[in-house]
Amino acid sequence: MSHLVELSHATKRFVKAGGGTHTAVSDITMTVDPGEFVAVVGPTGCGKSTTLSLVSGLEPPSEGTVQVNGAPVHGIPDGVGYMFQADAMLPWRNVLANVAAGPMWRGVHKSEARAKAMDWIDRVGLAGFEKSYMHQLSGGMRKRVALAQTLVNEPKILLMDEPFSALDVQTRALMQNELLDLWSGTGTAVIFVTHDLEEAIALADRVVVMTASPARIKDDFRINLPRPRNVEELRLTPEFIETYSKIWQSLSSEVETARAQGASRVA
Amino acid sequence: MSPDTIDASAAGAADLAKSAAPAPVERAHDPRARLRKHKALVYSLRALVLVGVLAFWEFSVRLWLDPFFYSEPSLIWKKLVTWFTDGTAQGPIWEQISVTLQEAVYGFLIGAVAGVVLGILLGRARLLAEVLSPFIQAANAVPRIVLAAIFIIWFGLGMESKIATATVLVFFPVFFNAFQGAREVDRNLVDNARILGAGRLQVLRSIVVPSATSWILASLHTAFGFALIGAIVGEFAGSTKGIGLLISTGLAAFDSAAIYGGMVISTVLALIAELLLGYLERRLLKWRPPSQIETVAV
Repeated sequence: MSHLVELSHATKRFVKAGGGTHTAVSDITMTVDPGEFVAVVGPTGCGKSTTLSLVSGLEPPSEGTVQVNGAPVHGIPDGVGYMFQADAMLPWRNVLANVAAGPMWRGVHKSEARAKAMDWIDRVGLAGFEKSYMHQLSGGMRKRVALAQTLVNEPKILLMDEPFSALDVQTRALMQNELLDLWSGTGTAVIFVTHDLEEAIALADRVVVMTASPARIKDDFRINLPRPRNVEELRLTPEFIETYSKIWQSLSSEVETARAQGASRVA
Repeated sequence: MSPDTIDASAAGAADLAKSAAPAPVERAHDPRARLRKHKALVYSLRALVLVGVLAFWEFSVRLWLDPFFYSEPSLIWKKLVTWFTDGTAQGPIWEQISVTLQEAVYGFLIGAVAGVVLGILLGRARLLAEVLSPFIQAANAVPRIVLAAIFIIWFGLGMESKIATATVLVFFPVFFNAFQGAREVDRNLVDNARILGAGRLQVLRSIVVPSATSWILASLHTAFGFALIGAIVGEFAGSTKGIGLLISTGLAAFDSAAIYGGMVISTVLALIAELLLGYLERRLLKWRPPSQIETVAV
């Protein structure tokens, strides 16, 4: 049987400015099935985001293979949405034009694209802000625009690179709940990269733990917490705490290693 | 979905609307009244500076400088009045202005369009840019004013040679800014657009051109000044009409008032062009957050 996303012994190396090579991810083998919510956790700066670049086709692997929909990735595969860590909306377009951009670039007629965009702006709770420009919106509202912009294309695979890391704690919890609401029942597979283990467990069906740089896959945990979830309440349940401590045992040594690497780089 | 955040921002918007509504009673500490007062002060001080400089010039010439070399504001004014009422020795003044303006505008348009197109093209085509960069640097190093003479040999005494000079002067600053603007496009924006489904041409049109626009517009301000310089220098080098001709005949006749008169007219043209370009810039860049300089603290 074929999986929706399949990485097989994928390695990505970059040429460093000094001339040597830097291995971002090494020998990654993992699969994601339709409708699955997979969180990838690892120490900060270990190369988690590179995994998403490989799946999105923005970067080809140096070794190994990456398959989406059963076909090797060349260029950007169909049905992929990618929400970047930093804001990537066009500042010279208002909210409506930003959200309608995806469908229009894909050849949907302008009036239809706008109608779809209006629907998604409404769903992410931004009705009334269609005409606003990015600098007029708060950080949380900009994340809502990014979410609408990505989801309006109805992706089958949603890649998210620490999308909420720049938000304050309350707004982050709010956005996590909304993401789960929007996602539930769509059948979209999500690969959600984060360094926040609580966030990973609260959102995902599976938590993949990565090692310190160069990143390999260390463990793959299944999260059997019931849905629908409210992330703020979930955090207080004994099941959550139990799961957390189990995964933290795996992750903590990698965090230690990453700290040691950072310290030696500083020294 | 998230009533709290939305309501908070809606309340914020309502506050803004309230503060923008006209206040029933105007008080001294009303910020808008203070802003108006501040503006009035700036304008009257500017007028004072202008009058002061002109008066200083006029009286220093009358008291101890030689009007033959330095002319004086009243003589320049008389010259301008004569030009506009009786015309110049070379024909009606409006004809001279229109010829110079046409040369500058055509040169500006051709140079700016060529600069923008080539700049963006080279900004996006790394290999082409690497191959051509020494040649462009060399072309830029040529003292371009000298070209005015060459162009007269090539194109004759008519408007074409002046348009060519203006074009060359306009091209380089616009080209370099468009090039830089096209290079400094945020990678994140391009990646995001590609994922959302944009092809190469759509990335160029929807991302690269708009992000280079603020760079290009900044160069257009100085570029129109260069176009006027090109037209006038070209006329100066040899022509049958134009403001440059008025200045060069003034020079030949040692009529310094005519030289200053030509300068005044070209300055006014440059200022009008600057106003129009400023308007265009504000229209095209209305999406930008107000800068710190524009938001005056009151």
